[in-house]
Amino acid sequence: MGQKITIEPVTRVEGHGKVTIHLDNEGKVEQTRLHIVEFRGFERFVQGRPYWEMPVLVQRLCGICPVSHHLAAAKALDVIVGAGTGEGLTPTGEKMRRLMHYGQIFQSHSLHFFHLASPDLLFGIDADPLKRNIINVAIQHRDLAVQGVMMRKYGQEVIKATAGKKIHGTGAIAGGINKHLTEEEREYLLHGDEYMDIDKMISWSQDALEFFKDYHKKNKALIDGFAEFPGSHLSLVRKDGALDLYHGVLRAVDAEGKKILHDVDYQDYYKYIDEEVRSWSYMKFPYLKEIGKASGWYTVGPLARMNTAEFIDTPLAQKEFEYFKQYNEGKPSHKPMHAHWARLIEILHAAEKIKQLLNDPDLMEGELVTKGTKQFEGVGLIEAPRGTLFHHYKIGENDMITMANLIVSTTNNNQPMNEAVNQVAVKVMTGRKEITEGMMNAVEVAIRAYDPCLSCATHALGKMPLEFEVYDRYNNLIERKFRH
Amino acid sequence: MTGKPPKILIYGYGNPGRQDDGLGIGLVEEIDRWRTETGLDHVFTDSNYQLNLEDAAGIAGYDVVIFADASREEIRDFCFDPLIPSDKTEFSMHAVSPAFILHLTRFVFHQEPEAYLMHIRGYAWEFMEDMTDLAKTNLAGAVEYIKDFVKQLSS
Repeated sequence: MGQKITIEPVTRVEGHGKVTIHLDNEGKVEQTRLHIVEFRGFERFVQGRPYWEMPVLVQRLCGICPVSHHLAAAKALDVIVGAGTGEGLTPTGEKMRRLMHYGQIFQSHSLHFFHLASPDLLFGIDADPLKRNIINVAIQHRDLAVQGVMMRKYGQEVIKATAGKKIHGTGAIAGGINKHLTEEEREYLLHGDEYMDIDKMISWSQDALEFFKDYHKKNKALIDGFAEFPGSHLSLVRKDGALDLYHGVLRAVDAEGKKILHDVDYQDYYKYIDEEVRSWSYMKFPYLKEIGKASGWYTVGPLARMNTAEFIDTPLAQKEFEYFKQYNEGKPSHKPMHAHWARLIEILHAAEKIKQLLNDPDLMEGELVTKGTKQFEGVGLIEAPRGTLFHHYKIGENDMITMANLIVSTTNNNQPMNEAVNQVAVKVMTGRKEITEGMMNAVEVAIRAYDPCLSCATHALGKMPLEFEVYDRYNNLIERKFRH
Repeated sequence: MTGKPPKILIYGYGNPGRQDDGLGIGLVEEIDRWRTETGLDHVFTDSNYQLNLEDAAGIAGYDVVIFADASREEIRDFCFDPLIPSDKTEFSMHAVSPAFILHLTRFVFHQEPEAYLMHIRGYAWEFMEDMTDLAKTNLAGAVEYIKDFVKQLSS
């Protein structure tokens, strides 16, 4: 008898997710799908609004990474106000934005590693979900928990100093930034107190990497063998091939590392990328046009960035990058759990960049804004924590938005997440008669490696149970499980 | 008044860009005005989209913490309850509950502020700035309740 197993919603993934696994008569996995109920309609909502509202307005999309949307929208508006396509800002404008962005990367990646990944690694993916959380990390490894909390806080303080406030920050505006960094803010972030200390943040970032590498040595089967599958990778890179999280050209490489998107200007992204709609998911499936719908999908995010970049322009992160590349024999890594490793390298890179910027006098003086000849269309891309984020706007003669298209990182990773879930399902569920907690955990760990964000900032007070349903081949419900 | 009044933090969270989800932030704005006018220098406020790990550090230095949030539950107008620490994680990747924050503060920073949760009923959650009239009425009631509570704690 064929079965359909439903896991809904996926634990610790923002918004709602549902995994359905179809088994055939022999108990083999026939098909796996990750369904995501993504909010629809925001692009329509912004039409008719003045373009200069976008950097603030788009932060309503997401309470998790509002800074990424803030900056991507501002970059698109730079084009519209004639401030160039990424290189036209004043030094102060660009560097303040970069500082804000590195603060966002630092805090977001820290949250993911300490709150989500480290419990899985420390206690094992088969452990009771109630035990796999940072409270237990705090009980057993207090130093690690303190570091996680204070690194998050440090990143948030960087954002506050550059964006002006924590909610609906206004720092980035069309053509630049609206404030300098004050001497007081600079000193606070450099060496404010025991924890607000950039050298400590760099040191802790290195410690986290050592923790991971040590774990990796002892658990190669999990880190290297979990849900591996080949595919293409896409990200921005600097024109000279360096990792650049704020600006660059679009590059994609295939499974062997061969360039398949050759450092193109992202203003033309729509010539190279399209989005497929599938009936069973609200979330679209982006793909590279030249390769086609079937195999043109790609991965974005920290692991993709390690696979597309040629080097990192900060010394400590570069050393780690070299080790990462050496371990993968110079080829792209297709191991989803290596995303945790990549994320840690980026945490270190972000910390180094923050230190460089805090010591740069351009942050405290100089022109804030550039303006030029008005354009009627602009595209802004940024490497958000979870991957490449696209904002594309057109305006009319009255300066109102007439068209908006947003491709968020999680949408870019739609097909890879489906592939990862399928890999795990085939491995852990084939031939099994009962669905165990360990099996469900494994599916969730595969999804979690992508750190998906479904931008559901309306948080209800209440519980979101984990629901499991098993259907026979005729879609008759034969088993249902909840995990609260 | 005998002795020093307790150091009180009122922390609202939610997304003010999604109608009534901004109730927690709205309460903090009102209390902020009131404390400034009345010169209550032992009362502090903070706000964010949602609670997260670093809030465990943020609340550690206070004697009393009052969290304020919008509620989708069918309560009459608002509820004000003592908060019990809990190690239960939410099924959410990037936000945690106030009870979890309290628990984290206990284990990571060895502090246990007295904590409460004010949840205010909301009705609409679309991408709009303005709260509904019903939510504004609930907010007004919640603000007065918190003012009285703070006065009691301070006396």
